[in-house]
Amino acid sequence: MAEALIEIASIAKNYHRGKVAIPVLSEISLQIDKGDFLALMGPSGSGKTTLLNLIGGLDTPTSGSISIDGERIDQLTQGKLAAWRSRHVGFVFQFYNLLPVLTAEKNVELPLLLTNLSRRERKKRALAALAVVGLQDRAGHRPTELSGGQEQRVAIARAIVSDPGLLVCDEPTGDLDRGTADEILELLQLLNREYGKTIVMVTHDPKAADHANHCLYLDKGSLSGSQTV
Amino acid sequence: MKYLGLIWSALYRKPLRSFLTLASIFVAFLLFGLLQSVSVAFSEGVDFSGVDRLIIAPKYSIIDPLPEKHAMAISTIAGVELVSHRSWFGGVYQDTNQFFPRWPVPPESFLAMYPEYLLTEAEKAAFIQTRTGAIIGRPLAETYNLKLGDKIPLIGDIWPNKDNTAWEFDLVGIYDVADESVETDQMFMNFEFFDEYRQWSQGTVGNIVAKIKDPDDSAAIALEIDRLFANSSDETKTTTEKAYNQMFANQIGDIGLIMTSILSAVFFTILLLTGNTMAQAIRERIPELAILKTIGFSNTSVLMIVLCEALLIALVGSLPGLMLAAALLAKFSQSISVFNGVELSALIVAQGVGLALLMAVIVGLPPAVRAMRLNIVDALGDH
Repeated sequence: MAEALIEIASIAKNYHRGKVAIPVLSEISLQIDKGDFLALMGPSGSGKTTLLNLIGGLDTPTSGSISIDGERIDQLTQGKLAAWRSRHVGFVFQFYNLLPVLTAEKNVELPLLLTNLSRRERKKRALAALAVVGLQDRAGHRPTELSGGQEQRVAIARAIVSDPGLLVCDEPTGDLDRGTADEILELLQLLNREYGKTIVMVTHDPKAADHANHCLYLDKGSLSGSQTV
Repeated sequence: MKYLGLIWSALYRKPLRSFLTLASIFVAFLLFGLLQSVSVAFSEGVDFSGVDRLIIAPKYSIIDPLPEKHAMAISTIAGVELVSHRSWFGGVYQDTNQFFPRWPVPPESFLAMYPEYLLTEAEKAAFIQTRTGAIIGRPLAETYNLKLGDKIPLIGDIWPNKDNTAWEFDLVGIYDVADESVETDQMFMNFEFFDEYRQWSQGTVGNIVAKIKDPDDSAAIALEIDRLFANSSDETKTTTEKAYNQMFANQIGDIGLIMTSILSAVFFTILLLTGNTMAQAIRERIPELAILKTIGFSNTSVLMIVLCEALLIALVGSLPGLMLAAALLAKFSQSISVFNGVELSALIVAQGVGLALLMAVIVGLPPAVRAMRLNIVDALGDH
């Protein structure tokens, strides 16, 4: 039986507009196994990204609990949560969010600045991560000198450079053409299968979801169904 | 240190904006270095003056003359140890841009009054004995390549001589000074020759200097001197030399206040400019700062990164400005006599660096706090 990496129990998340509380997620419970590749789908406003942010430790739930690898991240302070993210989670976003003034290598190296690794070791690991995504020859290029697909590969290299167990991806192919999107999804599959990364991916695209092992559907802040791909 | 590359890269984000910001800070600190040095040089001249010397000046205007015989009368007052005098010559040497103060003085009493001007015994004797003798400070001699025995021709713009020709003085001494604060860019010449050869006002002097035995008596003696000449056609106003020099400096305005006002205006403008630039730069980078926080940079780290950026901009702009000010002052002090002895001291450099740090904190803190408080979800959502 697979070991659970993420255990979510009865979480709810409200946002506040003035004094009015707006529920975004309610009573969500789920378990994601280590090594799984899960796609979160649903219409706009269904709470996919909010759930992803909670899993990635970018936000905290209004109620309920989230345990990742046995650690209650909903109880961590902001400082500890930041440190936890740096060790355990890699993030991939729709718009890559690379720093435009840094080269690909320096962008990838960013998470390693939070470690005690030497400059030489950081460089070595950044180049190794770029090699995994097939961009070792573009290490010295700035984001503006790369295509969208290449930028997303650099973002993925940045996400895996500190070897986190969990990758959270928010619409990673949303800004890419079909062919490039497939390449990125195959890369995520490779990271899942060959490197054992647990991946949680939010997507609107059913073809993207086809690359995942499981698919969960959200609607109006609640889980509405699941499907094994 | 490992964040240095990240901090440094901020300068390259908008090169033109960074250049203009750095240039404005550079100019501000160049001005600071120059003006502050001039201001300090003025106040140093004032501070040096002894409290045991009184200046007896005309009561109503420093350009009025005083009878030389006043000196004799003052020397009879109890508590007065020595009396000398000096007169403003003005004049032109070579051209009007090469200005340095020139004073006809009675050599013997002048040298006794001002032991801080250091001459050899032979030079002192030559100054006392030579009717056309003159002495100048060593930096001045070096600037104009003058050596002992040289003739120094001066056009008498205030005091033409009886032949309406150029005055000609013999350089008989080149003085050093006992203290760095003593002015070295002055020329003193024999009053007797000057007085005999000028076209008018014989027997008058600019002001009289009295050395008193006990500085504690200065107020009483000053009163007595002024009382002595009260109701005469040449009333006097007696002050300590320090107060007189301060008043003289104030004739052309309160230098310290002028410098401070100019610098305040410059720095206020720079604060607004740099503050606005920093705030704009941070606004543009909110998604990037959110990404740093996403991948694990703590709130404090982000605060420090933004503050260090402000610090970097302040230092990269200010240090070259201060260095250029030092270089310019070194150059000016060699080539322009009024800048003799004016230099960028270590204290002014330290003040400049302190000011740069303060500016960085004032300008950098608000955006840094904003970056620290940035909510990742909101920032990424806006993006």
